[in-house]
Amino acid sequence: MLILAATCIAMLSVMALALARALKADTAYDRILGVNMFGTKTALFIALLGFLNGRPDFLDIAIVYALINFIGMIAVLRFFEYTAVDDDQNQKEQ
Amino acid sequence: MTEIIDLVLLAMLAITALSVIFIKDLFTVVMLFGIYSFLSALIFVNLDAVDVAFTEASVGAGISTVLMLGTLALTGREEKSSSRKTTLPLLVVCVTGAALIYGTLDMPPFGDPNNPAQQHVAPRYINDSPREIGLPNMVTSVLASYRGFDTLGETAVVFAAAIGVLSLLGLPKQDRTVIQSGLKSHLVLRVVAKMIIPLILLFALYVQFHGDYGPGGGFQAGVIAAAALILYALVFGLPVATHVVPPKVLKILAALGVLIYAGTGVVSLFLSANFLDYSVLASNPVAGQHIGIIAIELGVGITVFAAMLSIFYAFAGQAERKNIQ
Amino acid sequence: MLEIISSALLILGAFFSLTGAVGLFKFPDFFTRVHAASVTDSIATILIILGLMLRSDFDLVLVKLLFILVFMLLTGPAAAHALAKSARHGGLLTLAETRGNKKESDD
Repeated sequence: MLILAATCIAMLSVMALALARALKADTAYDRILGVNMFGTKTALFIALLGFLNGRPDFLDIAIVYALINFIGMIAVLRFFEYTAVDDDQNQKEQ
Repeated sequence: MTEIIDLVLLAMLAITALSVIFIKDLFTVVMLFGIYSFLSALIFVNLDAVDVAFTEASVGAGISTVLMLGTLALTGREEKSSSRKTTLPLLVVCVTGAALIYGTLDMPPFGDPNNPAQQHVAPRYINDSPREIGLPNMVTSVLASYRGFDTLGETAVVFAAAIGVLSLLGLPKQDRTVIQSGLKSHLVLRVVAKMIIPLILLFALYVQFHGDYGPGGGFQAGVIAAAALILYALVFGLPVATHVVPPKVLKILAALGVLIYAGTGVVSLFLSANFLDYSVLASNPVAGQHIGIIAIELGVGITVFAAMLSIFYAFAGQAERKNIQ
Repeated sequence: MLEIISSALLILGAFFSLTGAVGLFKFPDFFTRVHAASVTDSIATILIILGLMLRSDFDLVLVKLLFILVFMLLTGPAAAHALAKSARHGGLLTLAETRGNKKESDD
């Protein structure tokens, strides 16, 4: 129980650091990295919380989180491909 | 321990919300909205509200982020700074907020066990639901049977949202010539996506039918299934996806779900009971409730899946048109 | 006995994810940061989920944990690879290349 609580606190600090990276980032890709790390750590945190509270039903939510994190990342990358094409076209026009 | 977790999560939520307001780069804002949704779902999990956390996870972080990114691909990435001074609106908002907070001071304390809401409605459901409906997940029994009329309204709202988006944007036409416009050069992603998408669809089916016993239900299952097909459209391109699930089929499916739901109610009318009274659907009232709940959850799942996917098609179709030109 | 192994695995997993988070800030360049984040993500996931699996009985919970593990191991590295590749296509330069460019422009 104590070990689970300690791991939960460690996860919370990792999430806070990832959030700080998402807020204070040099490039846009750093932000995406922060959000990705936040998502995976959230999935692990939900699994830990489930075991801490004694209710393993939470694991479904952890699965959904891992899924949604992946789909969100792919959407972001697709978005970058679109806007990169626009930048190329703008450069060709100039 | 739960208090510490609550405090930390709420602090991160406040920081995220404040930065969403003050940052001008809209792409960052979309990413921060994703983080906001993750945090909200964590808070719900901590409050032991598992079904709500499920829905928040699938809709907030998944579908909303994808749709907002689709919008950003069409509009610009910078928010125009407003040139008017904002002192007067701020004053009005503060005064109104203070008046509202003063009004709530009269209400009973938040979360008090002696509230009227906890004394009359909740004990009746908790005491009678195992006997009358017999499902382990009480949230589903309240949502689908005791308050089935509200859920019918929610499904109709989702359907109306899909109609609204379709009437404004329109669905992409199914192309005869398939243009491969997906992520062509990302071979690793294509292989992994091909492996993952069947698993996600299987998981959506599991969530749909397991909603009686654990967290889940029709709404979450529809969103997860739509997310699987959105992943397919993102990785392999929208034209291929419109071949797999044609837009015409989506229109029919969206209407079919609401029809199934309302049809169950009409069937109970014909069997001389009230609208949406499932006890008459079988000889045993409890079995009738089970049959009714399965039927309407199916309706909700189908409508939500079709609505989410057609909204995504509408947005992505616009982006494709702008890109090809 | 299983408790001790599970606790050790959990602590190790927490340690690795903490080092990954610190590495997000300390590393000088984007591509090195991606490496730090994704490697520690994978190892922390494996260790923590293995630790949790040792704490539960042999029933549905174990299978669900296994499913989570397989899924995150499949998608985590793929997402990191896609991110790095997309950044490369977007024109992001590594630290060595920016230093090389600066030296050329100085000469």
